[in-house]
Amino acid sequence: MYQIIVFAPFLAAIIAGLFGRQLGDRGAQIITCGALVISAILSWVALFQIGFGGTVEHVTIMTWVSSGDLNFNWGFKIDTLTAVMLVVVNTVSCLVHIYSIGYMSHDPHKARFMAYLSLFTFAMLMLVTADNFVQMFFGWEGVGLASYLLIGFWYKKPSACAAAIKAFLVNRVGDFGFALGIFAIYMVTGSVEFDVVFAKIPELQGQTIHFLWMDLDLITTICILLFIGAMGKSAQLGLHTWLPDAMEGPTPVSALIHAATMVTAGVFMVARTSPIFEYSPDALAFVTFIGASTAIFAATIGTTQNDIKRVIAYSTCSQLGYMFFALGISAYGAAIFHLFTHAFFKALLFLGSGSVIHAMSNEQDMRKMGGLRKKIPWTFAMMVIGTLALTGFPFLAGYYSKDMIIEAAFASDSSMAGYAFFMGVFAALLTSFYSWRLIFMTFFGESRSPKSVQDHVHESGNWMMAPLYVLALGALLAGFIFKDYFIGQNYEDFWGSALFLKDAANNVMEAAHYVPGWVIASPFIVMVLGFLIAVYAYIIRPDMPARFAGTFRYLYALSYNKWYIDEIYDYLLVNPAKKLGVFLWKKGDENIIDRFGPDGAAASVMSLARKFRGLQSGYIYHYAFAMLMGIAAFVTWFVFISGGGAS
Amino acid sequence: MEHFPILSIITFLPLIGVFFILMIKGENADQRAKHVALFTTVFTFIVSLILWFTFDKTTADFQFVEKAAWLGDNINYHMGVDGISILFVMLTTFIMPIVILTGWISVKSRVKEYLIAFLILETLMIGVFCALDLVLFYLFFEGGLIPMFLIIGVWGGKNRVYASYKLFLYTLLGSVLMLLAMMYMYFQAGTTDIPTLMAYDFAIDAQTWLFLAFFASFAVKVPMWPVHTWLPDAHVQAPTAGSVILAGVLLKMGGYGFLRFSLPMFPVASVDLAWLIYTLSVIAIIYTSLVALMQDDMKKMIAYSSVAHMGFVTLGIFAFNVQGIEGAIMVMLAHGLVASALFLCVGVIYDRLHTREIDRYGGLVNIMPRYALVFMFFTMAAVGLPGTGNFVGELLVLIGLFKVNIWAAFFAATGLVLGAAYMLWLYRKVVFGELVKPDLKAMLDLSKREILIFAPLIFFTIWMGVYPSTFMDFMHVSVENLVTNHQAALSAVAETMAP
Repeated sequence: MYQIIVFAPFLAAIIAGLFGRQLGDRGAQIITCGALVISAILSWVALFQIGFGGTVEHVTIMTWVSSGDLNFNWGFKIDTLTAVMLVVVNTVSCLVHIYSIGYMSHDPHKARFMAYLSLFTFAMLMLVTADNFVQMFFGWEGVGLASYLLIGFWYKKPSACAAAIKAFLVNRVGDFGFALGIFAIYMVTGSVEFDVVFAKIPELQGQTIHFLWMDLDLITTICILLFIGAMGKSAQLGLHTWLPDAMEGPTPVSALIHAATMVTAGVFMVARTSPIFEYSPDALAFVTFIGASTAIFAATIGTTQNDIKRVIAYSTCSQLGYMFFALGISAYGAAIFHLFTHAFFKALLFLGSGSVIHAMSNEQDMRKMGGLRKKIPWTFAMMVIGTLALTGFPFLAGYYSKDMIIEAAFASDSSMAGYAFFMGVFAALLTSFYSWRLIFMTFFGESRSPKSVQDHVHESGNWMMAPLYVLALGALLAGFIFKDYFIGQNYEDFWGSALFLKDAANNVMEAAHYVPGWVIASPFIVMVLGFLIAVYAYIIRPDMPARFAGTFRYLYALSYNKWYIDEIYDYLLVNPAKKLGVFLWKKGDENIIDRFGPDGAAASVMSLARKFRGLQSGYIYHYAFAMLMGIAAFVTWFVFISGGGAS
Repeated sequence: MEHFPILSIITFLPLIGVFFILMIKGENADQRAKHVALFTTVFTFIVSLILWFTFDKTTADFQFVEKAAWLGDNINYHMGVDGISILFVMLTTFIMPIVILTGWISVKSRVKEYLIAFLILETLMIGVFCALDLVLFYLFFEGGLIPMFLIIGVWGGKNRVYASYKLFLYTLLGSVLMLLAMMYMYFQAGTTDIPTLMAYDFAIDAQTWLFLAFFASFAVKVPMWPVHTWLPDAHVQAPTAGSVILAGVLLKMGGYGFLRFSLPMFPVASVDLAWLIYTLSVIAIIYTSLVALMQDDMKKMIAYSSVAHMGFVTLGIFAFNVQGIEGAIMVMLAHGLVASALFLCVGVIYDRLHTREIDRYGGLVNIMPRYALVFMFFTMAAVGLPGTGNFVGELLVLIGLFKVNIWAAFFAATGLVLGAAYMLWLYRKVVFGELVKPDLKAMLDLSKREILIFAPLIFFTIWMGVYPSTFMDFMHVSVENLVTNHQAALSAVAETMAP
């Protein structure tokens, strides 16, 4: 069964990709969607078997690499964590596949698009089912490839190509850390298989590794290296710059890859390696710090962006920050729960915004929208459900998971927990503000678009709306239904051995149930506050944002220009690398090595070459002949020596 | 040993093709000569499959050994393969039909001579990997330079004369030193028999000098920084087929040389001078990646990327452990396929537009979708995406190296990022974008012949990435033997040093 779940999308991708022309668009769509429906249904079966049945499945397919004492296989490890990810990935992917039939109906390359989507799904499934680090890395890079291909799907747009390359490269920086982490793990444990590695980690406590001129704690170093990989994939502060640009891709891609699944791979990885992270409080504190900082940082940027997709992209970045600081305070269940609920409402928001963009003839700038609520009421309703779920409206999905994270942060005694708590609450305020700002700018007020666009505004077709309804159902109910399993009283039965806690008796999510009342109320209060500010600024006094931006010019510019991180990177890294490249080539290779090397040595080959250029190139034969003579002379010499009797 | 002289047959089969090509006269001679050359190389490959299927993977001994008196009393005609060299023999025989097909249409002048040069080159390359005698090895090793020199010098681009002299000068420098070292070894050990020399203990002082002398030759071949500058010129000027054979097989001779000579014969010097190799390799990876980033000539960019990839090879070999060395061999094999394919990708569009300048292209995906797919595949293989042979090789190299030198592994791994940068940039410039340049609009997608060339390369690149055991099973015993002997030699020296 697990083979079918993982390989059905792969086969579909191959068939649709290579034989798309023969199959036709409809054929490619049927095959890929069909494969995903099968995978999605089987994934739910797997969740019930594994999660509610309390088992762990191991499947070995075949040897991958065997070299000396390094051995690993192609294989699956299916525990509850994997089963949850299977459900998230396949459900959202299946819905996005179906949505794409409608969204891409005017695109000439439908088969290629479907093939890429299925390929992505396959890579993501390999990532979450891996039973060793290298296979996880395979999926890790595979989703990177699919992301690159899909961001650059509209290859005629220079901005899309640039964004695709940027995404791949920034992820590679993260992968660099991940790879080093794997090397270090192999060096100290002699294996890359999860079960073997995790069993050996407790013995390594207190050991050090000499690197960067100092002795570093071994486990902390490994964790930080792995986490650098997670930061790249999950767009955390410092390595986040690719995610907003990734919105150049078609909207279904943004929903699937850059909101619901791929970007959560980092969260999954840290949860999967919880048996390592648990032994390094420093690394966990670092994870908490980065997560909390990202949550607030991305939220501040989200408040000023005007591209509808970019707002949601920064929102994603910010929510991922929540997941990370939950991991950092050992609230793994809460992090994965948020990952689970977030997948539904964020995919809903993205697909909803896709419906908006579709209606607006591909306009993405919210300043040119407005007043859409009457024209596309169903899309509007779905977007509101998504927004309510995201901002944590009571009893919707985000309410259970996000509030749990904030409460756990308060209850935790980790060194960074206090910082995380306050940043989390403040970010919740901003989340509510920018989410409602999006709704108000898009759906309320007067329409600001040209008449030609307005006349075309229409509700999307059923292919696009049906997935929205399913996701909306998830956004409404996923939190309520699953809370007892993910974070509540059935926690231990559900997760089993999938999530590791060093100090199981001291579960922070247990403690989170006993926090003071004001802590429980605070996310709700800031949510309402954010909503009210948005209402005031965008409905009651629409001139206020401009005045505000005028008064706090620098603050606004900082946020609007994304804290100038891209510019700083260009200045510090990209341009120097280019200059160095030219320098090494012109000065190093040509001026130094060649001048003093071959050119100089032979009394200036250049002049020789000039001399010979006038002659026939047949002259070359003379040289070849001379070389042949040389070798003949050498052999003769050897014969002479051996005949002369050196021995 | 009395048996069928299979190695000699494989080695010299191409010369029979040469003989037939020389006989061809009259009408349509060029076309017939091409068919003869193709048939010869395919037949050689088929015969070499006998090696593949009858090779005994459980022993580290040399197999299919042939030994006959040759020059005087001490120098024998001695051939044989072990689990390392057989892979390179197979790589050579596998690449050659592809090489012949590459020039099928684009070469128009002196076709017969062109084919003869390649066939002779094949004999010499196979000979290098089979030779078990220093003199024989030297003959094949240096002899290979002559056809390569001719291929660049006669069928090359505008600056071919300069490029071929540069190649010649670099190689000459290395080979003179290696020759001197070989003479010294002969005087010392009284034999030129390679298996005997591998077990011979050279004095420690001598080892250093011998190591450096061999190093000079192999480093040029690899090529290592700073003796790499011949490679970009050679690649740029060489015809496509020449680039393919250069990247596919000739560069691997350096790495093979380190494995066959430097490590077993000069174990102490290898370890003492490992820092030098690490430094040069790491510089090569970072330096050439940065230089590649700024190239405007496609072939030059891929040539520089070859230098970077070969940096991984030398790092892996001098990690002195099983993973490092097996990884280095895998990188060599995978790079043999992938770099060849990338030069072929350049060749495909060069044949159509006759320029290698990146800026002249753009938007090819619009009219050449199949080409775009193939090029994408090899771009990803070149950046070491998991699932390709390059990934397995680089992973093993780095994992082996990390155990012995974290710094070297750290800097080498930055190549992962830089490598992706220039390859993706190249791909974007050539393939993506709007198709605006008028002279591109008439370009045709891959022909049947071209697909036939690429298909086996794609197939084996994936095979090596997904199930590398097919290839690595050959090398396990030989590599373990190499590592064990190396450590034994070191500890023997350590014992004599510390009484």
